[in-house]
Amino acid sequence: MKKYTYVIIGGSIAAVAAIEGIRSEDKKGDILVIGEEPCRAYGRPLISYYLLGETDLARMDYRPETFYEENGVALRLGVRAEKIDPAKKTVTLADGEKIDYEKLLVATGSRPFDPPMEGIESVKERFRFMTKADALALDKALSPEKRVLIMGAGLIGLKCFEGIASRVKSVAIADLAGRILPSILDETGATMVQRTLEEHGATFYLSDSVSRFEGGTARLKSGKSLDFDILVTAIGVRPNTELIKEAGGEVNRGIAVDECGRTSLPDIFAAGDCAESFDVASGTKKVLALLPNASMQGRVAGANMAGGKAKLENALPFNSIGFFGTHVMTAGVYEGEIYREKTERTYKALFTKDDLLKGFILINLPERAGIYLKLLKEHIPLSKVDFEALKTSPAWSAFSPEARERNFAREI
Amino acid sequence: MKRIYVNEKWCLGCHLCEYQCAYANSGIADMVRALKGKAIHPRVRVEDAGDVHFAVNCRHCTDPVCVQSCISGALTKGKDGIVRIDRQKCVGCFTCVLVCPYGAVLPSPEGHAAMKCQLCTDNTMGEPNCVKHCPNGAIVYEVREAAQ
Amino acid sequence: MQLYIRPEYEIIRNEARCIACRVCERQCANEVHSFDPETGLMRADESKCVNCHRCVSLCPTHALKIVKTDDTYRENANWEAQTINEVYRQANTGGVLLSSMGNPKPYPVFWDKLLINASQVTNPPIDPLREPMETQLYLGKRTIKVERDEKGLIKDTLPPQLKLSVPVMFSAMSYGSISYNAHESLARAAEELGTYYNTGEGGLHRDFYKYGKHTIVQVASGRFGVHKEYLETAAAIEIKMGQGAKPGIGGHLPGGKISEDVSKTRMIPQGVDAISPAPHHDIYSIEDLKQLVDSLKEATDYKKPIIVKIAAVHNAAAIASGIARSGADIIAIDGFRGGTGAAPTRIRDNVGIPIEMALAQIDERLRAEGIRDNVSIVVGGSVRSSADVVKAIALGADACYIGTAALLALGCHLCRSCHTGKCNWGIATQRPDLVKRLNPDFGYKRLVNLVTAWKHEIEEMMGGMGINSLEALRGNRLMLRGIGLTDTELRLLGVRYAGESL
Repeated sequence: MKKYTYVIIGGSIAAVAAIEGIRSEDKKGDILVIGEEPCRAYGRPLISYYLLGETDLARMDYRPETFYEENGVALRLGVRAEKIDPAKKTVTLADGEKIDYEKLLVATGSRPFDPPMEGIESVKERFRFMTKADALALDKALSPEKRVLIMGAGLIGLKCFEGIASRVKSVAIADLAGRILPSILDETGATMVQRTLEEHGATFYLSDSVSRFEGGTARLKSGKSLDFDILVTAIGVRPNTELIKEAGGEVNRGIAVDECGRTSLPDIFAAGDCAESFDVASGTKKVLALLPNASMQGRVAGANMAGGKAKLENALPFNSIGFFGTHVMTAGVYEGEIYREKTERTYKALFTKDDLLKGFILINLPERAGIYLKLLKEHIPLSKVDFEALKTSPAWSAFSPEARERNFAREI
Repeated sequence: MKRIYVNEKWCLGCHLCEYQCAYANSGIADMVRALKGKAIHPRVRVEDAGDVHFAVNCRHCTDPVCVQSCISGALTKGKDGIVRIDRQKCVGCFTCVLVCPYGAVLPSPEGHAAMKCQLCTDNTMGEPNCVKHCPNGAIVYEVREAAQ
Repeated sequence: MQLYIRPEYEIIRNEARCIACRVCERQCANEVHSFDPETGLMRADESKCVNCHRCVSLCPTHALKIVKTDDTYRENANWEAQTINEVYRQANTGGVLLSSMGNPKPYPVFWDKLLINASQVTNPPIDPLREPMETQLYLGKRTIKVERDEKGLIKDTLPPQLKLSVPVMFSAMSYGSISYNAHESLARAAEELGTYYNTGEGGLHRDFYKYGKHTIVQVASGRFGVHKEYLETAAAIEIKMGQGAKPGIGGHLPGGKISEDVSKTRMIPQGVDAISPAPHHDIYSIEDLKQLVDSLKEATDYKKPIIVKIAAVHNAAAIASGIARSGADIIAIDGFRGGTGAAPTRIRDNVGIPIEMALAQIDERLRAEGIRDNVSIVVGGSVRSSADVVKAIALGADACYIGTAALLALGCHLCRSCHTGKCNWGIATQRPDLVKRLNPDFGYKRLVNLVTAWKHEIEEMMGGMGINSLEALRGNRLMLRGIGLTDTELRLLGVRYAGESL
């Protein structure tokens, strides 16, 4: 039986960050990565850019080819970890092999979740849009005469649309919600982005869903029906928490972890889309299934696995996403007082409450948006900065000279 | 490592650094040809607020949040401490723009990638051109300690 | 109707080079340059231009030059354009014309009519890089009798001295006329160089007390900023009787330059013009002067040398003789080309005499009267180079004051607009946005560089003469020869004509 100091289940972003976290503390201890996907880590959100032709398989690799070797990492790819025995400190793989660990990281990510849909098995060309394999499969199916139906007008569904828009005949997008990107945009923002997408050929069926599939026809709840050739389901994701749950670890919506990435089981850590984070914007524990969060969790967990003292203290939901050159940046929660600025092309909404910035939406206003995110992340009282000036344009001149001294005249 | 630091007290708000940056990264040997009649998109930006002026560019953070947040692996921190962007790998999602607390990672004008100060290691200047041409020592390139 | 006066300069912008970066616009306190958003081109209003060259210096593509206008009135050797314009200006305003910096008129510069000797064959030159060369000197009285105590040991009866590592000091420029950063630059440079700077009549800012060992404080007719601690902090005290740029008149600092800090330092109200009277109202004779010298000595426990500064005027030699008998330790003489922050143009351009003549005559007079060792002599009023320093010392000076040269090192471009308070180089201004243009870290370094360079050159010239100490050069007029001088000039300077052997 093989034994590794560090075993990581899952091979994506959290795993890569964890390797870097481990190596920031321990240059020697051996590391094994067990990945179900048969490839090295890649930027998962890049799959839409792949379809769009803005990147290729080589450039999608998240780290250079030499990364694993240089960091002394052994790879077991294309195999699933089936079971964790926290008492014996072993992981059992699908092929029956057992591996001993000293420290274990569960970075199993999430999987697409499709609610049961009547007649779904009658749909011939059915795809999901999560993995490189999904994208490659969809890529093969695309052709200019085909009509596509995307279920779900969230981030995944809409990025999929952007990727395929120019490669197929038509794209219809259906969502139960009354507006697109309901988790990150308000009505005004959603309307603006929807218009952009419509200009690029999307047809939306909102506040609607498929009640029944009949081969290439979707019967909608509203009574309408849609003919399509390709179906993409992008309705939602669920964290992969089973390994920990079955091993007796605490699981809520995601795997419960402390700010150091520790699960309730000894020497077992969790990071990425399978694990919870403490969202400082809402003050609640949540699964923040976002790449930067996976990376930061992975890094913290890795450092702590190797005896470091890292903490993740300012997690919060934020997104930067573009559709056909329209850039949408959002963060936090949308509660409290609202400051709005709107032009034909741009939209800004800042949400403030209790002397804090709680959330924001910025459409086509990317420049220096990080200054708003800083206010949010660091809970900076708005009375301590010139928020009137910040409202119109994010700038460091709104901060105190001392803050500027610390940040611009010192090593950071 | 040597980084660019700001001596706010001495910044005159002349904006020369911005033009020297745009020139340095233009790839054109003649400044006039590089900049005449063009809108510039420098990687250093001067803030003017009344009598207060200061230049902002990448801090090359010890723990760079842009690198950690990059969805494509285009942003890296080298062994030399310099945070670089591989514009071929970058898909222009601007997550780095959203997370940089300094507003120092910027969308590049063509939109398909972000851009940032790489301390003039990615052009022919040899040393940060903004620092070299600052008339008043308002930005300097040196080793300093972190604030206590 | 006002008489139109054509601007003196034209701003030539090479449109092929201008990238419209607007640096010229941001850097001009006179608001000459502006950007026209419609055409995307820069414009310039030359009527406001003072030719300070700030824009020319900072333009990244060197697209700007400032030229003298070639517009002319009808040629007239007597009524030159400037003369006519001055008449127009006074006809328009009814005011006294004001000017800054030194006399720009084409009077003879005697430094340039004096040549320095060098050794050949019979007296070998000295290589200052290989052999010791003494540029250190002391300023103060040298007339002491050796006294011994009961044990036969020599008693220290030496009057207070100033020790200089180089025969150059920074002359009096007040905080108020020049900026905080200019003062800081001078103070730090003086400290590093082992010499002195001078507060002028503006008092001493609290921040600069730490440079006290390299500070000469002035007591002038307005008595601005004078108090016990001020006197005690200094290395020496200078009584300012006159100034080369404006002999016979007092000082005038416009209210606009009297900021809160300047007001505190001078101990006068903020924003109100500061007038220093023409005479000291308690000094009408050498005896009165002696009283002030004595009181200052008494106030500082006889530990500080006292300098008396006068403008070079017709009877400077007789006055100097009186000063040498007044108890003062050092006489400072300021020639008629000396600079100023503001002076009536007619005074600056027409009153006083050249420093070379005054120096030669004072040195000769004090020697003749046997009182040369009662005092040291410091000269200023347009000492422009190390060669001027060497010539001054050979004519009899102990050391030189430099003002204009120091300001040039700080970035001054001699636009002679100090009195407007809008110095684009951050020197002669109190406007905070302009003051910060002079970073003392750079300013002080350039001053140190300048004086260090001069020191090397002085050593080279001395070595060439076969002289290895300033002591041996002082008053050694045989090391000078005149050229293009009349017999009277040669006689007054006490030098022979070029080519004339011993």
